[in-house]
Amino acid sequence: MSIKILLSYLVLAPIVGGLLAGLDRRVTARMQNRIGPPILQPFYDVLKLFKKETLVVRPSQTLYIEFFFVLTVFTGALFFAGGDLLLIIFALTLAGVFFVLGGFKASSPYSVIGAHREALQMMSYEPALMMVAVGMYMVTKSFQITDIIHYPKSLIMVLPGVFLAFFFILPIKFRKSPFDLSTSHHAHQELVKGITTEFSGKTLAIIEMAHWYENVFVLAIVYLFFASNVWVGLSVSLLVFLSQMLIDNATARVRWQALVASSWLVALVLGGANIIYLMIRG
Amino acid sequence: MSVLSKSPWIIHYDGSSCNGCDIEVLASLMPRYDVERFGVINTGNPKHADILLLTGSINEQNKPVVQNIYNQMPNPKVVIAVGICATSGGVFRECYNVLGGADKVVPVDVYAPSCPIRPEALIDAVVKALGILEKKKAASLAEEVKK
Repeated sequence: MSIKILLSYLVLAPIVGGLLAGLDRRVTARMQNRIGPPILQPFYDVLKLFKKETLVVRPSQTLYIEFFFVLTVFTGALFFAGGDLLLIIFALTLAGVFFVLGGFKASSPYSVIGAHREALQMMSYEPALMMVAVGMYMVTKSFQITDIIHYPKSLIMVLPGVFLAFFFILPIKFRKSPFDLSTSHHAHQELVKGITTEFSGKTLAIIEMAHWYENVFVLAIVYLFFASNVWVGLSVSLLVFLSQMLIDNATARVRWQALVASSWLVALVLGGANIIYLMIRG
Repeated sequence: MSVLSKSPWIIHYDGSSCNGCDIEVLASLMPRYDVERFGVINTGNPKHADILLLTGSINEQNKPVVQNIYNQMPNPKVVIAVGICATSGGVFRECYNVLGGADKVVPVDVYAPSCPIRPEALIDAVVKALGILEKKKAASLAEEVKK
């Protein structure tokens, strides 16, 4: 059973992720009173990038991005195979570290600043992500995804604070305003393209595909909170994704100080209060 | 039509333009013309771009910048001279500091003279450029096959 799910994840995640990215661009365009590109546009973009020449500053920068891609896929694969939530979070961090290393290795001023900011973003979302693992363990008494997903009650009823803390850091993972510091899909980048500045052609296509896998994985964590009912889980995940577009279009980018301070504050206050409540209640 | 012409990413460089053409370039991305319908993205990064839009005449100061941007773009790539200044130097052609049009420093594929350019003319130029982009890709593939 889990092998089937795992295989369908490996095949379907980039398709779903790409379609979601297409939906994102379409909805964003409608919010800006534009018509927007076709839903399949992200696929055209990636296929085009595979046809382009790949320029590198140092050959090893591509290697780091390949590791980033493999580890991102691995993170999602662990999740859909029903693995350990802690291990999944560590794998995600490791994937992020390889992306940061790739940015540093390219050693242009823009990609280095982008890499700095990516590291700061990772530092900002880690506490909330750990709260998710801790909170889910305290309720279900297991770190295994298979146990968490089969928990009879809806986790959101007992973990609302943890969910809000997780929701707060979602723009970081989706690379949306107000937390799109390291790189953004929009043209209004003051650091050229941030961490992806020095990547072109196939390498950029791989980064984009890793992002699709990552989006599906992040939405799967959202699903965990509502896993007791499949349809509620799926529709809430989609709603959360749509809410990111609204937030993206309604906010301006914050400075990194505000990013780190606010995400830690929200994680510690909302997530922390939720977990302390669970401890007291026993 | 291959995927190359379905996702043209542009980079826009202002040589010594009066900003007339630059405003029209950006106006094409705005709701009225919305060139993102055809997948056009203003990347602002030469390493991600397929099409270089040059506005304004070329002078000694921006010559190395234009050449640098052109060299940083991955193949296949095309250059569009946007407006009469980038096409030939326009009214600034005889100025002591002006070298002339964009084709004095980089190979230009499409000329779109106007003052300033109309968004319709710009979109037309980009469509022409996409045809050239396809041809360049086909030519490079044929060369690889020969080798």
